[in-house]
Amino acid sequence: MPKRILTVDDSKTMRDMVSYTLKSAGFEVVEAEDGVHALKVVERAPVDLVITDINMPNMDGVTLIRRLRALGAFRSTPILILTTEGGEDKKAEGRAAGATGWIVKPFVPDKLLQVVQKVCPAA
Amino acid sequence: MAGSGQNRGELDQFQKVFFEECSELLGNLDDQFAMLGENPSDRETLNAVFRAVHSIKAGAGAFGFSDLVAFAHEFEATLDALRDGRIANTERITALLVRAGDVLAHLIEAVQKGRKAEAGYGDEVAAELAALLGAPVQSANRNEGMPVEGVTTSGPRKVVIRFRPHAEMFRHANEPLLLFRELRGLGSLSVTCDFQGLPAFGELDPEEAYLAWSLEIETAESLVRLREVFEFVEDDCALDFEELLPSPDTQHKVSLTPTNGDGAAELGSEGTPGTGQRGGSMGSIRVDLARIDRLVNMVGELVITQAMLAQEIDDQAQLNGRQTIRRHEELAMLTRELQECVMAIRMQPVKSVFARMPRLVRDVAAKLEKSIRLVTSGEQTEVDKTVIEELADPLTHMIRNAIDHGIESPAARIAAGKPETGTIELSAAHAGSNILIHVADDGGGIDRERLLAKAVAKGIVPAGASLTEEEIDELIFSPGFSTAEKVTDVSGRGVGMDVVRRNIVNLGGRIQVSSVHGRGTRFTLVIPLTLAVLDGMIVQVGAERYILPLTSILESYRPDPRHIRAVTGGMNVAAIRGEYIRLVHLHEIFEVPDAVTDPAQGIVVLVETTQGGKIGIVVDDLVGQQQVVIKSLTDNFDPVDGVSGATILGNGKVALIVDIEQMSAMAAHRSGGRGRTAQTSTLPAIDVAA
Repeated sequence: MPKRILTVDDSKTMRDMVSYTLKSAGFEVVEAEDGVHALKVVERAPVDLVITDINMPNMDGVTLIRRLRALGAFRSTPILILTTEGGEDKKAEGRAAGATGWIVKPFVPDKLLQVVQKVCPAA
Repeated sequence: MAGSGQNRGELDQFQKVFFEECSELLGNLDDQFAMLGENPSDRETLNAVFRAVHSIKAGAGAFGFSDLVAFAHEFEATLDALRDGRIANTERITALLVRAGDVLAHLIEAVQKGRKAEAGYGDEVAAELAALLGAPVQSANRNEGMPVEGVTTSGPRKVVIRFRPHAEMFRHANEPLLLFRELRGLGSLSVTCDFQGLPAFGELDPEEAYLAWSLEIETAESLVRLREVFEFVEDDCALDFEELLPSPDTQHKVSLTPTNGDGAAELGSEGTPGTGQRGGSMGSIRVDLARIDRLVNMVGELVITQAMLAQEIDDQAQLNGRQTIRRHEELAMLTRELQECVMAIRMQPVKSVFARMPRLVRDVAAKLEKSIRLVTSGEQTEVDKTVIEELADPLTHMIRNAIDHGIESPAARIAAGKPETGTIELSAAHAGSNILIHVADDGGGIDRERLLAKAVAKGIVPAGASLTEEEIDELIFSPGFSTAEKVTDVSGRGVGMDVVRRNIVNLGGRIQVSSVHGRGTRFTLVIPLTLAVLDGMIVQVGAERYILPLTSILESYRPDPRHIRAVTGGMNVAAIRGEYIRLVHLHEIFEVPDAVTDPAQGIVVLVETTQGGKIGIVVDDLVGQQQVVIKSLTDNFDPVDGVSGATILGNGKVALIVDIEQMSAMAAHRSGGRGRTAQTSTLPAIDVAA
């Protein structure tokens, strides 16, 4: 069974990019466009990894992480945040909320895979 | 890694989405900047702008558009400071943001067209942005995101890593086993576990951290690279690196694979695949325009089929029961509703065009040192997407003109007893199946004396001609005509109101101007809501039917024979309220046999061209008004003079849609010499059998 990854981003470009990169590495990918949507998605089926943007409308990434960690099923699911260079306080906030790691935007596909493999190996 | 096997086509597809997204975001920026103009410190708006720039940067980074990333980075850093309140936004900063938005748009356009922006483009703005943050920001154009390569590769070394996780680490869902695996990929690894902290089973708290590890690795990688493995956990553990001299002694080695003996076991849940995860909260979707066009076309066919059916039922009314008639009425209603729904898919509010204008007014007014307020209304008025796209240029031009030539300088306004700040009104409203757009200013109005003098000087109007005020105003639509005394930087770059008129005409619309000296000028645009249907008047000529666009028709009447005059060249004119109108016989133009030749026996339809010229089109009779679905002829036939398209009538016959502009031009042509039947050929009726 391929590992299933949820990518949460309000930018369709980012979602497509993340999704394509991960799919080509053999992951199964589901998408959500903000925190609220993400919670709905995981309600339907669990995922092995969440990659979320921080700054999103409706529900931001930090809140999403807090909400996910509060769910029993997500206590030990890795969650990666997409941060910007210099977004140290956002990173810290994400970490405090329970993020596993981070990916600094902008990134190239290989870097994304490298980080994903780190917390959620394909095999 | 697998990411490198990217297929060019898919990448192009992402880029397409990216550029679409960019243009959406850039469009919103104008709106947002306008809001900042009113409330500079609005956090929500600043945050939205930040998000937009951030998304653009992220996408650009993914595609490796480094110039774009570098600039977006500076822009973003400033926005970040603004939304955090580290810098207070001011009008001056907003102006800078607007410029930065321009640079961003330009850079995006450059990469989209596959070329590089001019070297140093945007540097100035970037520098100003950086200056706002106090210190010069580090060059953004470094290869962030690239895997860090080992700095030193001085041959294999032995390193002992002592690693004691805190419970916090597990709460972040970090998994020691994965770290060990990653290390193993960098060299030969042996792992020693320290179980000493482990309590008795009964006291064990599965969420606590009790274990510590000593990891000995023989590797060619740098310490930096090794540390990177622990990047996500270094705050949540005790970590120590020690480079060893050869032959260290180790105790009991733990094999890596079998177990990690720890509370943070992997979650055993494998997701159930593909259950249509999308949907739910999304309010809109992107659809390929070609698909919508196809749908529109098919509904058009359906409407025609329904109309044909109506005709047949009508013809056999006696044979059919009332039930059939009633069912058919229902079908007709549903068809009409369906058509409206489908047309509505292509409709968008004019807001997207209007939203660009505040910005234009601000920039141009500042440049010309004029004080101008833009009042917009009716932004929610919807019109076909194609129309929206084609509206941007003419509107931009007209607003520019209004600022440049319409509104006077503050000094002149005060001298004229007007408020110092000029007002430009931009409004949209629906009027039947048209959209009505007004661009009005409260400036000096058209200076008719000067305009006329100029027209005479340019030979557009013969000297000494007496023109009505309306006719003089119309002159501003003459080709190559600019009222500005000098060509300014802002407008008057050779693109005149004639181009604006042409754009509007191409949309099947009309533009009119009215002006009161000293009080202002008002342009009125009447544009059909859609290019796919047309409100038409069906006219009979011999056995044929033609469609005249309703928007062009002023009136129709049966002329008094005494008012018809034959003039030289075999042309007829009709006197209407003291004006002589040239008559055009459709049957002559299209060579239709058995048509009414005496205008007094037929009907004259008085139409107005967008140039303001009037002609009377002579037809046998009026059949009725109908909204018709426009079918292009040029897809299958060579262009035919005097015809803009065709439609299929309820009786299944094709009716040509008359092009009033061309008809007028042809009439003018024909009056030069009789007998030359323009360049038209006979157009027999086509029966639509299938």
